[in-house]
Amino acid sequence: MSRVVAFRDVSYEIAGKLVLRNLSFEVAAGETLVLLGRSGSGKTTALKMVNRLLEPTVGQVVVGDAATTAWDPIRLRRRIGYVIQEVGLFPHFTVTANVGVVPALEGWDGSRVARRVRELLESVGLEPEEYGGRYPRELSGGERQRVGVARALAADPDFLLFDEPFGALDPVTRRKVQGQFLELRRSFGKTALFVTHDIHEALAIGSRIGLLHKGRLEFIGTPEEFLAAETTEARAFLACLVPGAGSR
Amino acid sequence: MTATLASEMLRLTGEHIVLVFTSLVIAATIGIPLGILVTRRPGARRWAVGFANIVQTIPSLALFGFLIPIPFIGGIGRRTAIIALVLYALLPLLRNTLVGILGVDPAVRESAVAMGMTARQLLWKVELPLAMRTILAGVRVATVTTIGTATIAAAIGAGGLGVFIFRGISTVNTTQILAGAVPAALLALAADGGLGWLEKRLSPYS
Repeated sequence: MSRVVAFRDVSYEIAGKLVLRNLSFEVAAGETLVLLGRSGSGKTTALKMVNRLLEPTVGQVVVGDAATTAWDPIRLRRRIGYVIQEVGLFPHFTVTANVGVVPALEGWDGSRVARRVRELLESVGLEPEEYGGRYPRELSGGERQRVGVARALAADPDFLLFDEPFGALDPVTRRKVQGQFLELRRSFGKTALFVTHDIHEALAIGSRIGLLHKGRLEFIGTPEEFLAAETTEARAFLACLVPGAGSR
Repeated sequence: MTATLASEMLRLTGEHIVLVFTSLVIAATIGIPLGILVTRRPGARRWAVGFANIVQTIPSLALFGFLIPIPFIGGIGRRTAIIALVLYALLPLLRNTLVGILGVDPAVRESAVAMGMTARQLLWKVELPLAMRTILAGVRVATVTTIGTATIAAAIGAGGLGVFIFRGISTVNTTQILAGAVPAALLALAADGGLGWLEKRLSPYS
């Protein structure tokens, strides 16, 4: 399988502190690689390097054929969908305008944007007639998150980044949204890098799991391999498992 | 009310409005872009806000007086008054633009950047629309204070409703004072109400 993103010996230093150390891994086409780690493990920092919100101090992050630093950041970002915990929906745009932002920036004509928005709202389970004209504050947390996912998919990006997208949701809603995420992944077949600190979430949605600890990649492998991992940090995460809750 | 008083009120109210409007347009043309600029330059922020703060602490009558002897911009008349009024109106405009833009939710700004907005698109499509309410609140404060302060402009021969007030004070004539004060107060109320309405109209989402 071809790789979509590769980290090559990436280190990142800020204010004299090493946040990432010699990070190397690849994300293969079609997979969801979950970066799991505690707060401050560097997982969000790693994620932000893919769309060049941050640049490596040492090493390079390769997207497609080129290092991120060789990409025009605007072009790079428009090809990568991005979903964050706070969602970051534009409060002054309706749901329709929010989902259509990137296609509109890319200069699609109005009717094509409208068609695409309808299609995406339907695919995340939001009735376009009912939700299209609402403002973000008129949505529940789960609905907002789904609009966020639809927005990230809008311009048909090659790659998706998720930064604890379901972190602010209550556990019941979260479980439901995770299920929808898996369905979406099946139907769209997108490649994704997904950051979380929740071991259940990592096991439920990851094709592979990368465990970050103090800026280092301690482990990378399938969920099954992770369950058998022997490192101290992996054991610490596995100890949080409620029996049965992490199974698919 | 005599016909002469009525026609003078009309004329001086007109002068007053012109004085206030001109000053506000100039102040907004300087203050709002300057406010945007200093959000990009934290180093310049303290200087700009500090300068505007200092100007605000100068008593208005004194500021009008200070400007008179200054060559080119000073002297007696409308031009000097407009310069003083612009200086007063700068602070609320500058500060509210700054606060409005810096107050945009960092998550919203980050997702705009991550979606591939250029710096210009970020400003025009996200930051300014979201800051608009706060900026308009600044325009409102600036307008109301300028309407009041502009009455003092009559002291340096700039005309406006202050002419009535100063004349009324020196001749101990309450009618004259009221002929200046009442229209000025009504103007301020109307501006406050109108701009308040506009603020709400421009942010249907909140």
